[in-house]
Amino acid sequence: MSYIGDIIGGIKTLLNGMKVTGAYFFPNIINRKYVITRQYPDEPAIVFERFKGEVVMWHNENNEHRCTGCQACEIACPNGSIEIIWDRVLNPETGKKVKQIDQHIYHLGMCTMCNLCIQACPTNAIMWSTNFHNSTYDRSQLTKVLNRPGSKLMAGVEE
Amino acid sequence: MEQVTLNTADLKSQEYFLNMGPQHPATHGVLRLILTLDGEVVKNIEPDLGYIHRSIEKQCEYEGYKQIIHLTDRMDYLSAHINNEAVALAIEQALEIEVPERVKVIRTIMGELTRIASHLLWWGVMGMDVGALTTFMYAFRDREMINDIMEETCGARLTMSYSTPGGVMFDLHPNFQKRVKEFIPHLRKVIPKYDELLTGNVIFQKRMKGVGYLSKEDAISLGASGPVARGSGVHSDIRKIKPYSALDKVDFKEIIYTEGDNLARYKVRMDEMLESLNIIEQLIDNIPDDGIQAKTKALIKLPKGEFLQRVETARGDLGVYIVSDGKKNPYRVKFRSPGFSNLNALIEMGKGHLIADLVAIMSTLDFVVPDIDR
Repeated sequence: MSYIGDIIGGIKTLLNGMKVTGAYFFPNIINRKYVITRQYPDEPAIVFERFKGEVVMWHNENNEHRCTGCQACEIACPNGSIEIIWDRVLNPETGKKVKQIDQHIYHLGMCTMCNLCIQACPTNAIMWSTNFHNSTYDRSQLTKVLNRPGSKLMAGVEE
Repeated sequence: MEQVTLNTADLKSQEYFLNMGPQHPATHGVLRLILTLDGEVVKNIEPDLGYIHRSIEKQCEYEGYKQIIHLTDRMDYLSAHINNEAVALAIEQALEIEVPERVKVIRTIMGELTRIASHLLWWGVMGMDVGALTTFMYAFRDREMINDIMEETCGARLTMSYSTPGGVMFDLHPNFQKRVKEFIPHLRKVIPKYDELLTGNVIFQKRMKGVGYLSKEDAISLGASGPVARGSGVHSDIRKIKPYSALDKVDFKEIIYTEGDNLARYKVRMDEMLESLNIIEQLIDNIPDDGIQAKTKALIKLPKGEFLQRVETARGDLGVYIVSDGKKNPYRVKFRSPGFSNLNALIEMGKGHLIADLVAIMSTLDFVVPDIDR
Protein backbone atom coordinates (compact mmCIF):
# COMPACT_ATOMS: atom_id res chain seq x y z
CA MET A 1 0.00 0.00 0.00
CA SER A 2 2.88 2.32 0.64
CA TYR A 3 3.56 2.38 -3.10
CA ILE A 4 0.18 3.92 -3.80
CA GLY A 5 0.57 6.10 -0.72
CA ASP A 6 3.83 7.45 -2.15
CA ILE A 7 2.14 8.29 -5.43
CA ILE A 8 -0.70 10.10 -3.68
CA GLY A 9 1.78 11.97 -1.47
CA GLY A 10 3.80 12.93 -4.53
CA ILE A 11 0.77 14.25 -6.37
CA LYS A 12 -0.21 16.20 -3.28
CA THR A 13 3.15 18.00 -3.08
CA LEU A 14 3.06 18.66 -6.81
CA LEU A 15 -0.36 20.26 -6.50
CA ASN A 16 0.95 22.28 -3.57
CA GLY A 17 3.67 23.72 -5.80
CA MET A 18 1.19 24.31 -8.63
CA LYS A 19 -0.95 26.28 -6.20
CA VAL A 20 1.90 28.76 -5.70
CA THR A 21 2.65 29.16 -9.38
CA GLY A 22 -1.05 29.21 -10.26
CA ALA A 23 -1.77 32.00 -7.79
CA TYR A 24 0.84 33.98 -9.65
CA PHE A 25 -0.05 32.95 -13.14
CA PHE A 26 -3.86 33.23 -13.38
CA PRO A 27 -4.32 36.79 -12.03
CA ASN A 28 -1.56 37.75 -14.45
CA ILE A 29 -3.48 36.59 -17.52
CA ILE A 30 -6.46 38.72 -16.55
CA ASN A 31 -4.90 42.05 -15.57
CA ARG A 32 -1.08 41.65 -15.76
CA LYS A 33 -0.97 42.47 -12.06
CA TYR A 34 2.44 41.06 -11.14
CA VAL A 35 4.33 41.76 -14.35
CA ILE A 36 7.69 43.28 -13.53
CA THR A 37 9.48 42.74 -16.85
CA ARG A 38 9.97 45.99 -18.74
CA GLN A 39 10.04 45.88 -22.52
CA TYR A 40 13.21 47.93 -22.65
CA PRO A 41 13.54 49.52 -26.09
CA ASP A 42 9.82 50.35 -26.10
CA GLU A 43 9.63 51.44 -22.47
CA PRO A 44 12.36 53.72 -21.10
CA ALA A 45 14.87 52.10 -18.75
CA ILE A 46 14.84 53.09 -15.07
CA VAL A 47 18.24 54.63 -14.35
CA PHE A 48 19.08 55.86 -10.88
CA GLU A 49 20.69 59.26 -10.51
CA ARG A 50 23.83 57.84 -8.90
CA PHE A 51 24.34 55.17 -11.55
CA LYS A 52 28.00 54.96 -12.53
CA GLY A 53 27.83 54.82 -16.30
CA GLU A 54 30.91 56.62 -17.50
CA VAL A 55 33.15 59.49 -16.44
CA VAL A 56 32.42 62.81 -18.15
CA MET A 57 33.85 66.29 -17.83
CA TRP A 58 31.50 69.12 -17.11
CA HIS A 59 31.54 72.07 -19.55
CA ASN A 60 29.60 75.32 -19.29
CA GLU A 61 27.98 77.19 -22.17
CA ASN A 62 31.21 79.09 -22.97
CA ASN A 63 33.00 75.77 -23.56
CA GLU A 64 34.96 76.07 -20.32
CA HIS A 65 35.81 73.19 -17.95
CA ARG A 66 37.14 73.02 -14.40
CA CYS A 67 40.14 70.68 -14.93
CA THR A 68 43.41 72.24 -13.84
CA GLY A 69 45.50 69.26 -14.90
CA CYS A 70 46.61 68.38 -11.37
CA GLN A 71 46.59 64.65 -12.25
CA ALA A 72 45.01 63.62 -8.94
CA CYS A 73 42.57 61.40 -10.84
CA GLU A 74 45.36 59.83 -12.85
CA ILE A 75 47.22 58.91 -9.65
CA ALA A 76 44.08 57.68 -7.91
CA CYS A 77 43.05 55.38 -10.76
CA PRO A 78 43.88 51.75 -9.94
CA ASN A 79 44.49 50.56 -13.49
CA GLY A 80 45.55 53.55 -15.55
CA SER A 81 42.23 54.29 -17.22
CA ILE A 82 42.97 58.01 -17.14
CA GLU A 83 45.85 59.73 -18.89
CA ILE A 84 46.32 63.48 -18.92
CA ILE A 85 48.46 65.26 -21.49
CA TRP A 86 49.35 68.71 -20.21
CA ASP A 87 51.78 71.55 -20.69
CA ARG A 88 52.74 74.78 -18.93
CA VAL A 89 51.37 77.80 -20.76
CA LEU A 90 52.20 81.45 -20.15
CA ASN A 91 49.27 83.34 -18.70
CA PRO A 92 49.35 86.82 -20.34
CA GLU A 93 47.60 88.54 -17.41
CA THR A 94 49.80 87.40 -14.53
CA GLY A 95 52.93 86.62 -16.54
CA LYS A 96 53.26 83.22 -14.85
CA LYS A 97 53.43 79.82 -16.44
CA VAL A 98 50.42 77.69 -15.42
CA LYS A 99 49.52 74.07 -16.02
CA GLN A 100 46.96 73.53 -18.77
CA ILE A 101 45.51 70.29 -20.06
CA ASP A 102 45.79 69.41 -23.69
CA GLN A 103 43.86 66.14 -23.59
CA HIS A 104 42.14 64.34 -20.73
CA ILE A 105 42.09 60.78 -22.09
CA TYR A 106 39.70 58.27 -20.54
CA HIS A 107 39.73 54.56 -21.42
CA LEU A 108 36.18 53.46 -20.77
CA GLY A 109 37.04 49.92 -21.78
CA MET A 110 39.40 49.59 -18.83
CA CYS A 111 37.39 51.51 -16.26
CA THR A 112 36.04 49.51 -13.31
CA MET A 113 33.75 52.30 -12.02
CA CYS A 114 35.41 52.42 -8.59
CA ASN A 115 34.72 56.15 -8.06
CA LEU A 116 38.26 56.89 -6.80
CA CYS A 117 39.03 59.49 -9.49
CA ILE A 118 35.90 61.47 -8.79
CA GLN A 119 36.60 61.32 -5.06
CA ALA A 120 40.15 62.53 -5.67
CA CYS A 121 39.29 65.49 -7.93
CA PRO A 122 39.87 68.74 -5.95
CA THR A 123 37.93 70.97 -8.36
CA ASN A 124 34.93 68.72 -9.20
CA ALA A 125 35.90 68.76 -12.86
CA ILE A 126 34.82 65.19 -13.63
CA MET A 127 31.63 63.42 -12.65
CA TRP A 128 29.51 60.38 -13.42
CA SER A 129 27.13 60.26 -16.32
CA THR A 130 24.22 57.82 -16.21
CA ASN A 131 24.62 56.99 -19.88
CA PHE A 132 24.81 53.24 -20.44
CA HIS A 133 24.61 53.07 -24.23
CA ASN A 134 28.30 52.37 -24.51
CA SER A 135 28.52 49.39 -26.83
CA THR A 136 30.62 49.88 -29.95
CA TYR A 137 31.87 47.70 -32.76
CA ASP A 138 35.50 48.50 -32.04
CA ARG A 139 37.14 48.88 -28.67
CA SER A 140 39.29 51.80 -29.85
CA GLN A 141 36.09 53.86 -29.80
CA LEU A 142 35.94 53.34 -26.05
CA THR A 143 38.97 55.60 -25.60
CA LYS A 144 37.54 59.07 -25.20
CA VAL A 145 38.93 62.56 -24.85
CA LEU A 146 36.88 64.18 -22.12
CA ASN A 147 37.68 67.86 -22.71
CA ARG A 148 35.94 69.24 -25.77
CA PRO A 149 38.02 70.67 -28.62
CA GLY A 150 38.88 74.31 -28.08
CA SER A 151 37.76 74.30 -24.46
CA LYS A 152 39.72 76.12 -21.80
CA LEU A 153 39.93 76.38 -18.03
CA MET A 154 37.15 78.28 -16.30
CA ALA A 155 38.31 81.52 -14.73
CA GLY A 156 38.83 81.36 -10.98
CA VAL A 157 39.42 77.60 -10.72
CA GLU A 158 42.75 76.86 -9.10
CA GLU A 159 44.39 73.81 -7.63
CA MET B 1 25.30 -21.23 -35.80
CA GLU B 2 26.88 -21.78 -32.44
CA GLN B 3 25.30 -20.08 -29.47
CA VAL B 4 27.72 -17.79 -27.54
CA THR B 5 27.04 -17.86 -23.84
CA LEU B 6 28.24 -14.98 -21.71
CA ASN B 7 29.13 -15.58 -18.10
CA THR B 8 28.51 -12.33 -16.27
CA ALA B 9 30.76 -13.39 -13.39
CA ASP B 10 33.76 -13.20 -15.71
CA LEU B 11 33.07 -9.59 -16.70
CA LYS B 12 35.16 -6.98 -14.98
CA SER B 13 34.26 -3.35 -14.61
CA GLN B 14 36.87 -0.79 -15.40
CA GLU B 15 37.26 2.65 -13.94
CA TYR B 16 37.41 5.55 -16.35
CA PHE B 17 37.93 9.29 -16.27
CA LEU B 18 35.46 11.98 -17.19
CA ASN B 19 35.98 15.71 -17.38
CA MET B 20 33.15 17.69 -15.82
CA GLY B 21 33.61 21.26 -16.91
CA PRO B 22 35.21 23.73 -17.41
CA GLN B 23 32.23 24.66 -19.57
CA HIS B 24 29.68 22.58 -17.69
CA PRO B 25 26.63 24.69 -16.79
CA ALA B 26 26.18 23.01 -13.41
CA THR B 27 29.61 24.06 -12.17
CA HIS B 28 28.47 27.71 -12.17
CA GLY B 29 31.62 28.97 -13.78
CA VAL B 30 34.82 27.57 -15.12
CA LEU B 31 35.52 24.81 -12.63
CA ARG B 32 36.91 21.56 -14.00
CA LEU B 33 36.37 18.35 -12.07
CA ILE B 34 38.26 15.24 -13.16
CA LEU B 35 35.99 12.38 -12.11
CA THR B 36 37.03 8.79 -11.69
CA LEU B 37 33.92 6.78 -12.46
CA ASP B 38 32.82 3.20 -12.13
CA GLY B 39 29.75 3.08 -14.32
CA GLU B 40 27.89 6.12 -13.11
CA VAL B 41 29.23 6.00 -9.56
CA VAL B 42 31.79 8.60 -8.60
CA LYS B 43 34.91 7.01 -7.11
CA ASN B 44 37.14 10.05 -6.88
CA ILE B 45 36.98 13.76 -7.63
CA GLU B 46 39.95 15.87 -8.55
CA PRO B 47 39.21 19.59 -8.94
CA ASP B 48 41.40 21.38 -11.46
CA LEU B 49 41.66 25.12 -11.02
CA GLY B 50 43.24 27.96 -12.93
CA TYR B 51 40.74 28.69 -15.68
CA ILE B 52 39.74 32.05 -14.23
CA HIS B 53 42.88 32.97 -12.36
CA ARG B 54 43.42 36.73 -12.48
CA SER B 55 46.21 36.95 -9.88
CA ILE B 56 44.27 39.34 -7.67
CA GLU B 57 46.62 38.77 -4.74
CA LYS B 58 49.63 39.70 -6.85
CA GLN B 59 47.86 42.73 -8.33
CA CYS B 60 47.19 43.96 -4.79
CA GLU B 61 50.95 44.25 -4.24
CA TYR B 62 51.14 46.94 -6.93
CA GLU B 63 48.11 48.94 -5.81
CA GLY B 64 47.64 51.44 -3.03
CA TYR B 65 45.47 50.44 -0.09
CA LYS B 66 42.44 52.38 -1.33
CA GLN B 67 42.77 50.78 -4.74
CA ILE B 68 42.75 47.19 -3.48
CA ILE B 69 39.06 47.40 -2.67
CA HIS B 70 37.74 47.47 -6.22
CA LEU B 71 39.64 44.23 -6.94
CA THR B 72 37.88 42.38 -4.14
CA ASP B 73 34.54 43.07 -5.81
CA ARG B 74 35.64 40.72 -8.52
CA MET B 75 36.47 37.83 -6.19
CA ASP B 76 33.18 36.71 -4.74
CA TYR B 77 30.96 38.93 -6.83
CA LEU B 78 27.78 37.80 -5.09
CA SER B 79 28.94 39.12 -1.74
CA ALA B 80 30.93 42.03 -3.14
CA HIS B 81 30.05 44.41 -0.35
CA ILE B 82 31.21 42.01 2.37
CA ASN B 83 34.54 41.56 0.59
CA ASN B 84 34.98 45.34 0.41
CA GLU B 85 34.16 45.57 4.08
CA ALA B 86 36.74 42.93 4.97
CA VAL B 87 39.59 44.84 3.33
CA ALA B 88 38.39 48.15 4.75
CA LEU B 89 38.21 46.65 8.24
CA ALA B 90 41.71 45.17 7.92
CA ILE B 91 43.15 48.56 6.93
CA GLU B 92 41.24 50.34 9.72
CA GLN B 93 42.52 47.78 12.20
CA ALA B 94 46.08 48.46 11.08
CA LEU B 95 45.71 52.24 11.19
CA GLU B 96 43.86 52.02 14.54
CA ILE B 97 41.14 54.42 13.42
CA GLU B 98 37.64 54.35 14.83
CA VAL B 99 34.98 54.70 12.15
CA PRO B 100 31.72 56.59 12.84
CA GLU B 101 28.76 54.61 14.18
CA ARG B 102 26.77 55.46 11.06
CA VAL B 103 29.36 53.75 8.88
CA LYS B 104 29.24 50.62 11.03
CA VAL B 105 25.46 50.41 10.79
CA ILE B 106 25.41 51.12 7.05
CA ARG B 107 28.01 48.44 6.44
CA THR B 108 26.10 45.87 8.46
CA ILE B 109 22.79 46.57 6.71
CA MET B 110 24.41 46.48 3.29
CA GLY B 111 26.24 43.29 4.20
CA GLU B 112 23.05 41.54 5.25
CA LEU B 113 21.24 42.73 2.12
CA THR B 114 24.09 41.31 0.07
CA ARG B 115 23.81 38.02 1.94
CA ILE B 116 20.08 37.81 1.20
CA ALA B 117 20.69 38.63 -2.47
CA SER B 118 23.34 35.95 -2.67
CA HIS B 119 21.20 33.33 -0.96
CA LEU B 120 18.25 34.21 -3.21
CA LEU B 121 20.37 33.69 -6.29
CA TRP B 122 21.59 30.41 -4.82
CA TRP B 123 18.03 29.29 -4.16
CA GLY B 124 16.99 30.01 -7.72
CA VAL B 125 19.97 28.29 -9.27
CA MET B 126 19.73 25.36 -6.87
CA GLY B 127 16.18 24.73 -8.03
CA MET B 128 17.35 24.88 -11.65
CA ASP B 129 20.08 22.34 -10.95
CA VAL B 130 17.63 19.79 -9.62
CA GLY B 131 15.07 20.52 -12.33
CA ALA B 132 12.67 23.14 -10.96
CA LEU B 133 12.79 26.06 -13.37
CA THR B 134 10.25 28.34 -11.65
CA THR B 135 12.52 29.04 -8.67
CA PHE B 136 14.97 30.92 -10.85
CA MET B 137 12.33 33.39 -12.01
CA TYR B 138 10.94 33.97 -8.54
CA ALA B 139 14.33 34.39 -6.89
CA PHE B 140 15.50 36.87 -9.49
CA ARG B 141 12.34 38.92 -9.09
CA ASP B 142 13.07 39.39 -5.39
CA ARG B 143 16.78 39.85 -5.90
CA GLU B 144 16.02 42.69 -8.29
CA MET B 145 14.58 44.66 -5.37
CA ILE B 146 17.89 44.42 -3.50
CA ASN B 147 19.81 45.30 -6.65
CA ASP B 148 17.69 48.43 -6.98
CA ILE B 149 18.43 49.39 -3.37
CA MET B 150 22.15 48.91 -4.03
CA GLU B 151 22.08 50.81 -7.30
CA GLU B 152 20.28 53.75 -5.79
CA THR B 153 22.83 54.21 -2.99
CA CYS B 154 26.09 52.80 -4.37
CA GLY B 155 25.63 53.48 -8.09
CA ALA B 156 26.23 49.88 -9.10
CA ARG B 157 24.21 46.73 -8.88
CA LEU B 158 26.85 44.10 -8.25
CA THR B 159 30.38 45.47 -7.99
CA MET B 160 29.65 48.27 -5.58
CA SER B 161 33.12 49.30 -4.30
CA TYR B 162 31.13 50.98 -1.53
CA SER B 163 33.35 50.67 1.55
CA THR B 164 36.54 52.65 1.68
CA PRO B 165 39.17 52.66 4.45
CA GLY B 166 37.58 54.79 7.16
CA GLY B 167 34.06 55.00 5.81
CA VAL B 168 31.80 54.56 2.84
CA MET B 169 31.80 56.21 -0.58
CA PHE B 170 28.40 57.91 -0.56
CA ASP B 171 25.83 58.70 2.07
CA LEU B 172 22.62 56.70 2.03
CA HIS B 173 20.07 57.75 -0.55
CA PRO B 174 16.96 59.40 0.99
CA ASN B 175 14.83 56.55 -0.38
CA PHE B 176 16.99 53.86 1.22
CA GLN B 177 15.01 53.28 4.40
CA LYS B 178 11.69 53.33 2.56
CA ARG B 179 12.82 50.77 0.03
CA VAL B 180 14.31 48.44 2.64
CA LYS B 181 11.12 48.63 4.68
CA GLU B 182 9.15 47.67 1.58
CA PHE B 183 11.46 44.76 0.93
CA ILE B 184 11.41 43.17 4.41
CA PRO B 185 7.67 42.33 4.55
CA HIS B 186 7.78 41.25 0.90
CA LEU B 187 10.47 38.65 1.56
CA ARG B 188 8.80 37.50 4.78
CA LYS B 189 5.66 36.90 2.74
CA VAL B 190 7.28 35.01 -0.14
CA ILE B 191 9.67 32.70 1.73
CA PRO B 192 6.88 30.46 3.13
CA LYS B 193 5.55 30.25 -0.44
CA TYR B 194 8.98 29.18 -1.62
CA ASP B 195 9.01 26.47 1.05
CA GLU B 196 5.68 25.28 -0.27
CA LEU B 197 6.92 25.35 -3.86
CA LEU B 198 10.27 23.61 -3.50
CA THR B 199 11.13 22.47 0.02
CA GLY B 200 8.05 20.30 0.46
CA ASN B 201 8.22 18.82 -3.02
CA VAL B 202 8.70 15.07 -2.91
CA ILE B 203 11.15 14.96 -5.84
CA PHE B 204 13.24 17.66 -4.25
CA GLN B 205 13.21 15.88 -0.88
CA LYS B 206 14.39 12.66 -2.52
CA ARG B 207 17.27 14.49 -4.20
CA MET B 208 18.30 16.21 -0.97
CA LYS B 209 17.72 13.93 1.99
CA GLY B 210 20.73 11.83 2.95
CA VAL B 211 22.74 12.88 -0.12
CA GLY B 212 26.19 14.39 0.25
CA TYR B 213 26.77 13.61 3.89
CA LEU B 214 29.56 15.57 5.58
CA SER B 215 30.36 14.64 9.15
CA LYS B 216 31.18 17.24 11.78
CA GLU B 217 34.75 15.93 12.09
CA ASP B 218 35.31 16.13 8.32
CA ALA B 219 33.82 19.60 8.16
CA ILE B 220 36.31 20.82 10.78
CA SER B 221 39.36 19.01 9.41
CA LEU B 222 38.68 20.04 5.80
CA GLY B 223 38.26 23.67 6.81
CA ALA B 224 34.69 23.99 5.61
CA SER B 225 32.98 27.19 6.68
CA GLY B 226 29.75 29.08 6.32
CA PRO B 227 26.46 27.27 5.67
CA VAL B 228 28.35 24.10 4.67
CA ALA B 229 29.92 23.77 8.13
CA ARG B 230 26.76 24.92 9.90
CA GLY B 231 24.76 22.25 8.10
CA SER B 232 27.07 19.72 9.75
CA GLY B 233 26.66 21.19 13.20
CA VAL B 234 29.85 23.26 13.46
CA HIS B 235 29.58 26.65 15.15
CA SER B 236 31.40 28.62 12.49
CA ASP B 237 29.61 31.95 12.17
CA ILE B 238 32.24 34.71 12.35
CA ARG B 239 29.45 37.17 13.08
CA LYS B 240 29.02 35.36 16.42
CA ILE B 241 32.63 34.34 17.10
CA LYS B 242 34.22 37.69 16.36
CA PRO B 243 31.56 40.37 15.74
CA TYR B 244 32.61 43.20 13.45
CA SER B 245 30.94 46.51 12.49
CA ALA B 246 27.56 46.84 14.25
CA LEU B 247 26.97 43.11 14.67
CA ASP B 248 27.81 43.17 18.38
CA LYS B 249 24.80 45.42 19.00
CA VAL B 250 22.21 43.22 17.33
CA ASP B 251 20.53 40.09 18.58
CA PHE B 252 20.43 37.15 16.19
CA LYS B 253 20.58 33.37 16.17
CA GLU B 254 23.28 31.27 14.59
CA ILE B 255 21.52 28.74 12.37
CA ILE B 256 22.78 25.22 13.04
CA TYR B 257 21.57 21.94 11.57
CA THR B 258 23.27 18.67 12.49
CA GLU B 259 22.18 16.31 9.71
CA GLY B 260 25.08 17.21 7.43
CA ASP B 261 23.29 16.35 4.21
CA ASN B 262 22.08 18.47 1.30
CA LEU B 263 18.79 19.28 2.97
CA ALA B 264 20.53 20.57 6.10
CA ARG B 265 22.66 22.97 4.08
CA TYR B 266 19.56 24.05 2.17
CA LYS B 267 17.68 24.75 5.39
CA VAL B 268 20.60 26.70 6.87
CA ARG B 269 20.53 29.15 3.96
CA MET B 270 16.75 29.47 3.94
CA ASP B 271 16.69 30.26 7.67
CA GLU B 272 19.67 32.58 7.35
CA MET B 273 17.73 34.82 4.98
CA LEU B 274 15.05 35.34 7.63
CA GLU B 275 17.71 35.89 10.31
CA SER B 276 19.37 38.54 8.11
CA LEU B 277 16.01 40.28 7.87
CA ASN B 278 15.92 40.31 11.69
CA ILE B 279 19.32 42.01 11.80
CA ILE B 280 18.27 44.64 9.25
CA GLU B 281 15.01 45.27 11.10
CA GLN B 282 16.86 46.01 14.33
CA LEU B 283 19.15 48.54 12.66
CA ILE B 284 17.11 50.22 9.95
CA ASP B 285 15.06 52.53 12.16
CA ASN B 286 17.85 54.14 14.15
CA ILE B 287 20.81 54.79 11.91
CA PRO B 288 23.06 57.21 13.83
CA ASP B 289 24.01 60.47 12.17
CA ASP B 290 27.69 61.12 12.76
CA GLY B 291 29.30 61.34 9.35
CA ILE B 292 30.26 58.76 6.77
CA GLN B 293 34.03 59.10 6.76
CA ALA B 294 36.66 58.99 9.48
CA LYS B 295 39.71 61.15 8.89
CA THR B 296 42.29 59.35 6.80
CA LYS B 297 45.26 60.59 4.83
CA ALA B 298 44.98 60.88 1.06
CA LEU B 299 47.85 58.41 0.70
CA ILE B 300 47.42 55.59 3.20
CA LYS B 301 50.57 53.96 4.56
CA LEU B 302 50.17 51.04 6.94
CA PRO B 303 52.60 50.54 9.83
CA LYS B 304 54.99 47.60 9.62
CA GLY B 305 53.35 44.35 10.62
CA GLU B 306 50.80 41.67 9.80
CA PHE B 307 47.07 42.19 9.99
CA LEU B 308 44.24 39.69 9.76
CA GLN B 309 40.53 40.38 9.47
CA ARG B 310 37.88 37.68 9.23
CA VAL B 311 34.34 38.30 8.04
CA GLU B 312 31.40 36.05 7.27
CA THR B 313 30.47 36.29 3.60
CA ALA B 314 27.47 34.52 2.13
CA ARG B 315 29.73 31.54 1.50
CA GLY B 316 31.66 31.44 4.75
CA ASP B 317 34.77 32.66 6.43
CA LEU B 318 36.73 35.17 4.36
CA GLY B 319 40.10 36.08 5.83
CA VAL B 320 42.09 39.08 4.62
CA TYR B 321 45.73 38.88 5.63
CA ILE B 322 47.90 41.91 4.88
CA VAL B 323 51.65 42.01 5.42
CA SER B 324 52.95 45.55 5.35
CA ASP B 325 56.51 46.82 5.26
CA GLY B 326 55.54 50.44 5.81
CA LYS B 327 55.27 51.45 2.15
CA LYS B 328 52.25 52.76 0.28
CA ASN B 329 51.43 49.36 -1.13
CA PRO B 330 51.26 46.06 0.75
CA TYR B 331 54.15 43.59 0.78
CA ARG B 332 51.78 40.65 0.51
CA VAL B 333 48.01 40.18 0.55
CA LYS B 334 46.43 36.79 1.08
CA PHE B 335 42.72 36.07 0.85
CA ARG B 336 41.49 32.98 2.62
CA SER B 337 38.44 32.38 0.49
CA PRO B 338 35.54 30.26 1.72
CA GLY B 339 34.89 28.61 -1.63
CA PHE B 340 38.34 27.11 -1.86
CA SER B 341 38.13 25.16 1.38
CA ASN B 342 34.52 24.19 0.74
CA LEU B 343 35.73 22.65 -2.50
CA ASN B 344 37.80 20.22 -0.39
CA ALA B 345 34.62 19.09 1.29
CA LEU B 346 33.12 18.25 -2.12
CA ILE B 347 35.73 15.52 -2.58
CA GLU B 348 34.55 13.79 0.61
CA MET B 349 30.88 14.38 -0.03
CA GLY B 350 30.74 13.30 -3.66
CA LYS B 351 32.39 9.88 -3.28
CA GLY B 352 29.99 6.99 -3.82
CA HIS B 353 27.23 9.09 -5.34
CA LEU B 354 25.94 9.27 -8.90
CA ILE B 355 26.92 12.11 -11.25
CA ALA B 356 23.43 13.60 -11.04
CA ASP B 357 23.74 13.72 -7.27
CA LEU B 358 27.13 15.38 -7.60
CA VAL B 359 25.41 18.27 -9.40
CA ALA B 360 22.95 18.61 -6.52
CA ILE B 361 25.77 18.48 -3.95
CA MET B 362 27.73 21.13 -5.83
CA SER B 363 24.80 23.48 -5.84
CA THR B 364 24.32 23.13 -2.09
CA LEU B 365 27.96 24.15 -1.69
CA ASP B 366 27.13 27.37 -3.58
CA PHE B 367 30.36 27.87 -5.48
CA VAL B 368 31.43 31.14 -6.98
CA VAL B 369 34.39 30.07 -9.06
CA PRO B 370 36.18 33.46 -9.21
CA ASP B 371 36.26 33.24 -5.42
CA ILE B 372 37.90 29.79 -5.47
CA ASP B 373 40.36 30.85 -8.15
CA ARG B 374 41.57 34.31 -7.34
